[in-house]
Parts: sequence; structure tokens; C-alpha cells
Amino acid sequence: MEELSLHILDIAENSIKANASFVTIEIIEDIDTDKMEIEITDNGFGMSDKMIEKALSPFFSTRTTRKIGLGLPLFKDTVEACEGSIKLTSEINRGTKVYASLRHSHIDRPPLGEIADTILMLVISYPDRDFLYRHKKGNREFTFDTREIKEILGTEVSINHPEVRSWLLETLKSGEKELN
Amino acid sequence: MNLEELRKLKEKAQADLKVRAESAKIKIIVGMGTCGIAAGARPVMQAFLEEVERRNLKDVLITQSGCKGICAMEPVVDVEIEGEKSITYGYMTPEKAKKVIAEHIVNGTPVSEYIVSTQG
Ligand SMILES: Nc1ncnc2c1ncn2[C@@H]1O[C@H](COP(=O)(O)OP(=O)(O)O)[C@@H](O)[C@H]1O
Ligand SMILES: [Mg+2]
Repeated sequence: MEELSLHILDIAENSIKANASFVTIEIIEDIDTDKMEIEITDNGFGMSDKMIEKALSPFFSTRTTRKIGLGLPLFKDTVEACEGSIKLTSEINRGTKVYASLRHSHIDRPPLGEIADTILMLVISYPDRDFLYRHKKGNREFTFDTREIKEILGTEVSINHPEVRSWLLETLKSGEKELN
Repeated sequence: MNLEELRKLKEKAQADLKVRAESAKIKIIVGMGTCGIAAGARPVMQAFLEEVERRNLKDVLITQSGCKGICAMEPVVDVEIEGEKSITYGYMTPEKAKKVIAEHIVNGTPVSEYIVSTQG
């Protein structure tokens, strides 16, 4: 994957498939310690210990369309290529957490890329799920919470309506910009 | 987040919003499995969204599905129009997405050169 934000999209899709109703995506960039952390947490149906073990090695998937899993091993490869490590924790019927920590300045580290697009795609494709996105960079922080947005929109207006969509993209883009 | 702006936006368009949510007659479904994402599905979906917005097309829902097992042809997009056979496009790009909107969605003629399968 050319961008970390594409890995994030892919990992979050796993959460959706696990029937999560709430997904948290957190990115912490700390230049001082030269660290970048990415954490995706969900309240989906979780994985057994056996599955956790298998999931990080390629060729494991519970899908039936193709017998090999790719998303997690691919992310692991990217992270490990940047002197990083990945940790997968999960509990059946409680949820799953994918945590990655990598060296920020590593020459092989893909750029974060269009994270606003990743969040937007998730939010509008799954209007019945909630997402909390938080991005910290040094001492700046941007938080985006669909629960807050839906509270305003009420039941009459869907979060994936085109007019709302423009506002979402605008909000995400400007929030990201202000971190720099 | 500028929630005040969101509040105004809600009031302004509320009547129109009601119609839209329930009854999309056209569905555009972008495959967002790992292979799809790696092959460029996200910008393809972005292009569909922008094009639908730019032309102010009503009745079009753009959404995504997981992997369908035809990874070699990613990015893959299904177009489902009420009362018609559903069509799968393969090897999609943002440019091709624009053409699908113009020819298939607006003019009603599927873009045969991008079709990889037809169902239903
Ligand atoms: N968040 C999650 N919750 C529950 N199960 C998960 C989660 N993420 C991954 N899994 C399990 O791990 C398997 C491998 O995931 P992945 O590498 O992304 O491949 P794929 O999604 O293509 O199956 C999935 O099929 C699923 O069974
Ligand atoms: Mg996956």
C-alpha cells in the first residue's frame, strides 16, 4: 500500500466485517521521540487466541471468497520494515485492537496520505456505525466524532447525504491541515 | 468541528434530505477489500462521489462492499439500477469512473469496454 491511510482503511474494514458498531482510529505522531503510533479499536465480535496468532501470518482468513488473508500481514510488513512492531489484542464478543508503532523518520515509512478520504469513505459507507477519529501531532490534536455529528443531524438527515458529505470532507481536511 | 455550520446545513436542506435517504434507484458499489484498496479503490470511490456531486445527480447511492474474490480485476465496481441487470466493471480508475457516470448513469448506456461481468 502506498499510504498508511490505505492500511488504516483496510484494517477498519475488518472491524466493520466483525459487526462493530463503534470504531476508534487514533494516530499519534511524536517527532521528539521519532515515533508514530496507529491504533484501531472496535467493539466487534472479536477473535479467539488461536485466531489472533494466525491472523498476522499470511494466508489466514475466515472469508470464503478467497482462502488467504492479506490485510493484517501486509500492514505488519509495512510496520516492521520501519523498525516498528504491531500488536493485536482481542476478546471474543468484546472487540479487537490493532496497535502499531513505527519509526517516524524511517526512510521506508509510507506517508500517512489522504487520511481524510479514508475516514470519509468509512463514515459515509457505513452510516449506521459510529467512528471516532483522533490525530495528535506534537501538542496539537484533531478529533472527529460521528456521534456528535449524528446528534445534530437527528433521524431525518443521513450522514451520507451529499450536502453533509461536503461538510464532512471540509471538516476533515481543515482539521488535518491545522495539525501542521 | 464547525457544528454551527452543520446545524444550518441541516435546516436548509431538510426537505430534500428526506427523499434521498430511503429511495436510491441507482447503486454504485466499490469493492474495498485489501486487493481493491491496494489497486486504487479509494480514489475510484472518491471520483464517483465527486462526479455525482458535480452533476447534482439524485437517486444515486455510492457505497462499498468487501472482497468478492476477483482480485485480479481490481478495482471492481458494481452498478445496480432498479429493474436492470447489475453490471460489474473491472480495472477501474478515477477517469473511467467519470465515463461510467456520464455514459451509464446519465445516458443509460453501459460502458461495454470496462465490463467484466453481468448478473441477474
Ligand atoms: N477487527 C477484527 N475483528 C474480528 N476478526 C478480525 C478482525 N480483524 C481481522 N480479523 C480476522 O482475521 C482474518 C484475517 O484478516 P485480514 O488479514 O484483514 O484478511 P481478510 O480481511 O482478507 O480476511 C479475518 O478473516 C478475520 O477472521
Ligand atoms: Mg481484511
